[in-house]
Amino acid sequence: MTNEYNNVYLNCVSTVSGPYEANGPFSKLYDKSYSDFYFGEKTFEIAESKLIDESVDILLNKIGKTRFQIDLHISGDLMNQLVSSNYAASRLGIPYLGIYSACASSVEGLIIGANMVEHKVVNNCICSVSSHNTAAEKQFRYPVEYGGPKPRYTTFTTTGGCSAYLTREKKGVRIDSSTIGTVTDMGIKDVYNMGGVMACACGDTIYKHLMNTKREVGYYDLILSGDLGIYGKKMLVEYMKTEYNIDLKNYDDAASMIFDIDKQPVYAGGSGPACLPLVAYSYVFDKMKKGELSRVLLVATGALMNTSMVNQKLSIPSIAHAISLEVI
Amino acid sequence: MEKRKYQGIVNKYTPKENRMYNGLVAFVVGGLMGVLGEILMELYSYYLNIPYKEASVFMIVTLIFIGCLLTCLGFFDRAVHFAKCGLIVPITGFAHAMQSAALEFRKEGMIMGLGANMFKLSGSVIIFGVVSAYVFGLLRLLIMGA
Repeated sequence: MTNEYNNVYLNCVSTVSGPYEANGPFSKLYDKSYSDFYFGEKTFEIAESKLIDESVDILLNKIGKTRFQIDLHISGDLMNQLVSSNYAASRLGIPYLGIYSACASSVEGLIIGANMVEHKVVNNCICSVSSHNTAAEKQFRYPVEYGGPKPRYTTFTTTGGCSAYLTREKKGVRIDSSTIGTVTDMGIKDVYNMGGVMACACGDTIYKHLMNTKREVGYYDLILSGDLGIYGKKMLVEYMKTEYNIDLKNYDDAASMIFDIDKQPVYAGGSGPACLPLVAYSYVFDKMKKGELSRVLLVATGALMNTSMVNQKLSIPSIAHAISLEVI
Repeated sequence: MEKRKYQGIVNKYTPKENRMYNGLVAFVVGGLMGVLGEILMELYSYYLNIPYKEASVFMIVTLIFIGCLLTCLGFFDRAVHFAKCGLIVPITGFAHAMQSAALEFRKEGMIMGLGANMFKLSGSVIIFGVVSAYVFGLLRLLIMGA
């Protein structure tokens, strides 16, 4: 399903990153970076909720508003029962919606927010996401210090918290349209091969978006997928070519950009809900402000993985949501 | 697209692990662990006058201690990342699996955290260790006699 918007603007964004991202190529573009995984807190889970808390605080400072002037806060993360978002929301005290579609939560939040702002349900809205490497490792895989061997095509969960501020005030970047994806399951069971799980969902959403808006691939200066990784990126290009006969032009993948893959121990790149916004709200926004990019399609991809279902030998479903941004 | 065709695309771009290299590293590192164990046993029986058979217990305790200490100091996961089964299969891997789970869940309390989760990874080693010891013990009794 594709929605078009006439009057929604992404006014301002904020990013807080963890240690590995701070050593990556966009280190100088983040608002704040931490050099360890605890951020002065006792556990990884509390540290992750601090990421959301801080990114919202930084955002409120930037736009010069207090939390009482915000109508809605939408937030998502990877933790069970969305604990990071819920605990951050309990401190912030802004009317709150918690959302989950794994690593596609960032764009899901923007779509919900944009629809509500466009139809004047709310005047303004903050959309946040977070992910935390060691908290996710603990929940989805092995204890952190175990460091069990992994294949090199696996991805490394990013640590970061990102927030965006949406209003009808003409400032920042215009939200042009969005496409809500469908859940796809192509029978991939390998929990380490997230690129393979998600490439089909990503391809389907890009195709539907282009069809519904009657646009060519070349319309966009950049199509940025969420967290396919360096191998998933190639799978998507081949999938688009064979299934839809579309040559992906101006395409890149946030997971392959966020780290220095040759030098950092991150396997095939980043992943996690914060991966796409960390790149989009820093590097891509910077380029849009400078006028080097004017039309960008963000496609966040999520592997809807659950450890119990994987142990029950079921394949992993995936989803992708797209949102199109344009310079005013 | 058919699932099989899509899986073909996925397999095409999924890189293969270098099994020969991984096996060789694990073989050499695992062998060195064996050498270290043998040296410890010799030292214990020579200097501390412990009978050679009993020295193996002291050797195992020493290796477990070193493994746990390195896990706590944060070095062992990096070593496992490199040596893989060369460090996971020996007794150090078992100690490491328990220690890392204990470290992880300590913050959730002694009973419901540490106690309940310490065997999260190594529990299956114990269960199937005991079961296979029973089966092979029985086989030995049946084939070779008491």
